[in-house]
Amino acid sequence: MCLGIPGKVTKIYEQDGTLMASVDFDGVEQSVCIATTPEVELGQYVLVHAGFALNILSDTEAEETLKILRDLQEFNAGLTEEDRIQ
Amino acid sequence: MTESPKNLRDASLTTAIMAEIRRITTRPWNIMEICGGQTHAIMQYGLDQLLPPDITLIHGPGCPVCVTSLQAIEQGLQIASQPEVILTTFGDMLRVPGNKADLFTARSQGADVRVVYSPLDSLRIASANPDKQVVFFAIGFETTAPTIASTILSASKAGIPNFSILPANVLVPPAMHAILSNPANRVQGFLAAGHVCAVMGYHEYLPIAEQYQIPIVVTGFEPVDLATGILMTVQQLEAGKHEVANAYPRFVTKEGNRVAQDMIAEVFKPVDRQWRGIGTIPLSGLGLRPEYASFNALTRFELPETSPSESPLCIAGKVLSGVSKPLDCPAFGRQCTPVQPLGAPMVSSEGACAAYYRYHRTRE
Repeated sequence: MCLGIPGKVTKIYEQDGTLMASVDFDGVEQSVCIATTPEVELGQYVLVHAGFALNILSDTEAEETLKILRDLQEFNAGLTEEDRIQ
Repeated sequence: MTESPKNLRDASLTTAIMAEIRRITTRPWNIMEICGGQTHAIMQYGLDQLLPPDITLIHGPGCPVCVTSLQAIEQGLQIASQPEVILTTFGDMLRVPGNKADLFTARSQGADVRVVYSPLDSLRIASANPDKQVVFFAIGFETTAPTIASTILSASKAGIPNFSILPANVLVPPAMHAILSNPANRVQGFLAAGHVCAVMGYHEYLPIAEQYQIPIVVTGFEPVDLATGILMTVQQLEAGKHEVANAYPRFVTKEGNRVAQDMIAEVFKPVDRQWRGIGTIPLSGLGLRPEYASFNALTRFELPETSPSESPLCIAGKVLSGVSKPLDCPAFGRQCTPVQPLGAPMVSSEGACAAYYRYHRTRE
């Protein structure tokens, strides 16, 4: 139930006094409440749970994580089988 | 970059992380993933089978419908059976067994039980049905709490008189205390639930890591996320460290989402709550503050007392507290299946028993 799906904000609007956004999930658009992320901007990715945007994706952190992991992958590729067992 | 699952489901990257875990592991370690969504992802991608045999993943209590007390389920059934009521809730809740029946049975007997995607949908249903009482069965952890708090704030602002909630929300940190202070505990490291932390941050975990000398790593849900979380936990265990680390920084900061936390604090206060199969954990639930007490369905309806009766075969409590695994249960796959569940962990899309059943982790 703590499922969270990232999607891209394509439109921001107000409905019945509540801050809402259209969010694109890889081609599927859905209305999402952004009362909990009022600072979100068009084009940003949000983590959506139960119709609410819980947080905004940090691009730099995402890049950084992947870079560290790619380094690890290269490091591991350079190891021999013997190194790995130790 | 975009939030591309392609990178985060990259098999070669996952394999490289697993190789690193294998390289650094020198002895057996037990690591608990708290969130049931992570349990399912681990089984779905076969990560448990890629880990070295020394690393054991223990499945945690992070399955909201599993830990919702039998008493709350009975209350939900009683409320739903009243003629003027529309009960709304998340889909998983419908098949959770109560004493004798579940909400699906109630619906087949004429009760108006509706599945909603968002708690906000309940307000639309309430506005469209002014002659009915709409009650949202409010379950979930801190991830879901702000969505319910925001819905109550909207209802309060719009003055919707026929909306209330059956409060059953629970909190993660008190459950971690309960697990770690159990004499039968075997958890040596935690993968903290990434989406709970997206809301709450991870500052609450610092005193837990210190008090129990246990590493806690905030972890996401994609295979690469999960493998990274496990690696960072094993690195700490092997080095004798017990820190709170963040393997999900693209969505989690130490402080979390302050706007969401303020909404929760505005509407709710911590209360003692009963967890199914585990018992009462102090200050582990969210109850409505006096200013919002009028949204409590329990004060709107007179409900008779019921005495809970669990299946004598089901070991859900031991599974939920990490003491036993689903395959330790003699009823698993025999008397208890997703079609005829004895306990909630076999029902839910986050229940550990359902994950084992669905992804064919059977007895050797």
